[in-house]
Amino acid sequence: MATRISRRFEALKEENRAALVTFTIAGDPNYEASLATLRGLPEAGADIIELGMPFTDPMADGPAIQKAGQRALRAGQNQRKTLQMVREFRQHDQDTPIVLMGYYNPIYRYGVEAFLKDASEAGIDGLIVVDLPPEHDRELCSPAMAAGLDFVRLATPTTDERRLPRVLENSSGFIYYVSVAGVTGGRAPTPDEVEHAIGRIREKSRLPVAVGFGIRSADQAAAIGRFADAVVVGSALVDCIDKADSSDAGTRAVHELTRELAGGVRSARG
Amino acid sequence: MSSTLAEQFTKGRFTAGPDADGFYGDFGGRFVAETLMPLILELEQAWEWSRTDENFRRELAEYQRDFIGRATPLYYAERLTEAFGGAKIYFKREDLNHTGAHKINNCIGQILLARKMGKKRIIAETGAGMHGVATATVAARFGMDCVIYMGATDIERQQPNVFRMKLLGAEVIPVESGTGTLKDAMNEALRDWVTNVDSTFYLIGTVAGPHPYPALVRDFQSVIGRETRAQMLEREGRLPDTLMACIGGGSNAMGLFHPMLDDESVQMIGVEAAGHGIETGEHAASLNGGQPGVLHGNRTFLLQSDDGQIIDAHSVSAGLDYPGIGPEHAWLHVQKRVNYVAVTDREAIEAFKLCCELEGIIPALESAHSLAHLAKIAGDLPHDHIVVLNMSGRGDKDMASVANWLEEHGDTDKLPDTTVAAAEPGSVDDMQPPHDVAKKTGESE
Repeated sequence: MATRISRRFEALKEENRAALVTFTIAGDPNYEASLATLRGLPEAGADIIELGMPFTDPMADGPAIQKAGQRALRAGQNQRKTLQMVREFRQHDQDTPIVLMGYYNPIYRYGVEAFLKDASEAGIDGLIVVDLPPEHDRELCSPAMAAGLDFVRLATPTTDERRLPRVLENSSGFIYYVSVAGVTGGRAPTPDEVEHAIGRIREKSRLPVAVGFGIRSADQAAAIGRFADAVVVGSALVDCIDKADSSDAGTRAVHELTRELAGGVRSARG
Repeated sequence: MSSTLAEQFTKGRFTAGPDADGFYGDFGGRFVAETLMPLILELEQAWEWSRTDENFRRELAEYQRDFIGRATPLYYAERLTEAFGGAKIYFKREDLNHTGAHKINNCIGQILLARKMGKKRIIAETGAGMHGVATATVAARFGMDCVIYMGATDIERQQPNVFRMKLLGAEVIPVESGTGTLKDAMNEALRDWVTNVDSTFYLIGTVAGPHPYPALVRDFQSVIGRETRAQMLEREGRLPDTLMACIGGGSNAMGLFHPMLDDESVQMIGVEAAGHGIETGEHAASLNGGQPGVLHGNRTFLLQSDDGQIIDAHSVSAGLDYPGIGPEHAWLHVQKRVNYVAVTDREAIEAFKLCCELEGIIPALESAHSLAHLAKIAGDLPHDHIVVLNMSGRGDKDMASVANWLEEHGDTDKLPDTTVAAAEPGSVDDMQPPHDVAKKTGESE
């Protein structure tokens, strides 16, 4: 069945370019500003939106995204408000895929069944949950897929040949290749290493492959977008909010960087 | 005792866990980022190997004897027994281990695994230093690089332990992220690990984290219970009636309990930290005041909000100051095999003072929690009821915490003159002036 995610990748294949995937934290720096940021992202050039669910203990994230999560929590963000934010976004945009990304505990505490039902109704297309490897598919992956949500799996440089098939098996929507071993916002990957890794994944899966971690600039996005199906940028966008003098300025800065990055992926295969 | 529970004893079920996926019933598991999964599976193999390899067992036993100083004594606490007027009380003296607590039992085992896996760099989290010191100690002994993550505030307040770690050659990295507590130190250690996964061994200090950590830490700590069992049979000709231990993460308790979990006659009590009282919300009692959730690689009981956000723990004893608990304890709680109770800061301090005065033993504040519960129940137990309490660590590290607490609560007759304390700056165990003190001094159990 065609989903927003699959339709988006089909359309980009026609355009012969990689998707730009943006990541920001829901509720950062507050609900209203975050919603304004979200609403402007498609026009600024985001093809797919990853929306982070804030968590007190984000073990796989570097300082930028940790701080963003804390800002959001301090401003009162929670799971229900994150779903509400997507509902409000969907009033004006029916096409841009939204993937929620985060950690398992806030979903577990909400109740998996209730969360999947509410997420589907809110117009969410997929989930990326950092601390649920395939060993725990019964927890959320299988129920999510049964509920019609894509469960996007992370593959990493440490995922060896023996393990890769298991990682790919129940992934849907796309594969998220974590380009460096480390936390978000760390060192940039070298395009050669990444291209080789993507080759390995493509031998075993027909799903589009997105690449993230350490990509900050239009040039980097172009270098990765030459061969990847999607380029994910998170910490650099979140930094815009951190550095801004006001929440409006933060929203503008996120959109401006998004436009630059969109230029990058559009020039990649020029 | 219910028939179901009795049936489980005959099957030896309480010691059968974890299952192949690292679960104890619904608790445990491997909830980690994919980057760490291959390494965790590799560690699991090394752990399986270590359980049966004769050379490994022999070498471990040698270090336990010659480096740690095992076996630790089983000590008859005669004056407390008289004072409480009921049960006959023994202490298992883990406070007499090298570095002053049970932590080293686990560290020596894990560093042997690290060497086996070819890792040259050791990282660890520490609340206020005891696990950090034990880790730095074994890293020095085996010539490995050592990095300890510790909350920035704790570093400021715990200079003696920081100094110890540095003397032992470790690098101590202040953790400013999050709320700067033990859980944040653990987050930061996990971030280091995921970044340096090829070179680095993460030496977790308690029976938490992703499988196989809860099981392997338990295995290395179980020497406590095995010795206790044998010593008690030799001394009294029978098993103890009750085992008691304090619970932070739960490693000293698991070490004492596990070898006797299938002995039906042995009752077990785990004592959590109720801080200011569970009803105040300022406590560290994950089982008595928390809900199931997923953090640091495993499912267990956690202090958390309705939204699944983790809430900071509070205890006068930093060793108990962790918002979670080992998953095997969560399972034993649900199974009702172990009775988990909680005592407040005040009760622990009173027990601490009593132990100093009556037994000539300054207990760790952590261990004082189990003693505080014993004080509540011992008098009602018959004279032939034998209790073994795990004296998990010594209290030298807690001088500043206790002085601070006493000052805050107007109990000042034993407090040192600040000029006296200042006169001995060279002593790392020195009591700090009460106004400059540390709330946190211990370690996640």
